[in-house]
Amino acid sequence: MKSPALIFLGAFLVNNIILMRFLGLCPFFGVSTAVKIATGMGMAVIFVMTLASWITWAIYHAILLPFDLVFLRTATFILTIASLVQLVEMFLKKSYRVLYNALGIYLPLITTNCAILGITFLNIDNKFSLLNGTVFALGTGFGFTLVIITFAAIRERLDLAPINPSLKGYPISFIAASLMALAFLGFSGLFGLT
Amino acid sequence: MNELFVVSASPHVRGKMNIDLAMRLVIIALVPALSYSVFLFGIRVLIITAISIGASVACEALMQKMLGKKITVTDGSAVLTGLLLAFNLPPAVPLWLPAIGSAFAIIFAKQLFGGLGYNFINPALAGRAFLMASWPLFMTKAWLAPANGTLSGIDGITSATPLSLLKNAANYGDPSIIVRQLNDFDTIKNIFFGNIGGCIGETSALLLLIGGLFLIIIRVVDYRIVVGYLVSVAVLVFVLPTKGTLMFHLFSGGLFLGAFFMATDWVTSPVTHKGRWIFGAGCGILTIIIRIWGGYPEGVSYSILLMNVFTPLIDSLTKERVFGELSKKKGVKK
Repeated sequence: MKSPALIFLGAFLVNNIILMRFLGLCPFFGVSTAVKIATGMGMAVIFVMTLASWITWAIYHAILLPFDLVFLRTATFILTIASLVQLVEMFLKKSYRVLYNALGIYLPLITTNCAILGITFLNIDNKFSLLNGTVFALGTGFGFTLVIITFAAIRERLDLAPINPSLKGYPISFIAASLMALAFLGFSGLFGLT
Repeated sequence: MNELFVVSASPHVRGKMNIDLAMRLVIIALVPALSYSVFLFGIRVLIITAISIGASVACEALMQKMLGKKITVTDGSAVLTGLLLAFNLPPAVPLWLPAIGSAFAIIFAKQLFGGLGYNFINPALAGRAFLMASWPLFMTKAWLAPANGTLSGIDGITSATPLSLLKNAANYGDPSIIVRQLNDFDTIKNIFFGNIGGCIGETSALLLLIGGLFLIIIRVVDYRIVVGYLVSVAVLVFVLPTKGTLMFHLFSGGLFLGAFFMATDWVTSPVTHKGRWIFGAGCGILTIIIRIWGGYPEGVSYSILLMNVFTPLIDSLTKERVFGELSKKKGVKK
């Protein structure tokens, strides 16, 4: 069994959710136009990912596994994550206005994202305990945040470059992201993690 | 009072340094290392370098023509990219490899982003990382032994470069003996003078040091990045558990090539002074982390690429307060 620190580093850098697993690309490209927006998105992802890993872990081990309903995994997880986040959003709006304003529009945006669902599945597939699953979700969320903020800073600079009109916007962003992934290959094999 | 004053916007005093001159000076500083490499590994080195530079210049001209821009291959930046890419290749790679690497470097890392001054990542290193991801066998196995020595710098061990020997000592015999031999004065001497195997341009630490110091003295290269890089490597060698000594880590691999010639690229390193220190230190930290715990024997090229990626963020976080601008926290400064 890997230690929580290694699980965190693996999810954070080595198997970065964006640059190595290629999950969650829609928020990565859609919400990375400015560093400030990207930071908000990153925070929302960390928050929702951790929450989702808890609730799905509980549901999987308390309901799906005992009643032999594992085949319902995908549908159950999507539904529970979406409704949970909606509930939390309403709760935050009433009780924690500051946090609600900070996470803002990004909270509902990220709810149905493949990255969130992917992490809950990976938690199950890796047979993580609740603690390790939390660490894994946190590491993935922080990895997402690091990469999207860095990418937003790069895109702010790309806005000023004399890029061919046919490539401006998303096309050059995809090329930039691929070069970033190339650089992140430097982390592959770090601490023997694959 | 007949004299007329010219009223114009600043700057009023201009230096003589421009892109053309700077690129030529960097190329001149690399020539000693290249000539020595030809002596070590034979004429093949020159052919690889020529192919790399040729492909790089041709792609630059072609892309600029296609994108409807002014063709500026004479500024020497494409030549330098080709030269640096060749410096990062093992001497026995097939001859088509440098051409593909150069094409990737110039087209995808440089010209599509708007050409010189707008690439966020070092083109030569991007080309190397691309080749590393696509043809890892050529990039990690195609070594040649130097003319009067062995690949590892140790008598009798001929199948690994010093850094990969340090990483996988157990594969080549008794690890404790090998590590002691690696840190031996004779081996360090071989590594420092370049009498070892390795990438085309990285073998001789001495010649790279001379070229690098020349560039620092004429102020083409900023000392902050180089010092930040080398000092952080030196500190980490003492702090972290590594089998190599300080001298071994400083002189082996591509550290000097990276620290003096690649990390200091004007375009892909931060513009602020504080940012340059951070950039250099970050490169050093990542290099040592990859060397000790990473999946590769050498971490210089990936560490610089990763710091290139972080450069826009470092720049925006270390932005200096503009004269007259109010400080964010305190409001009016007294």
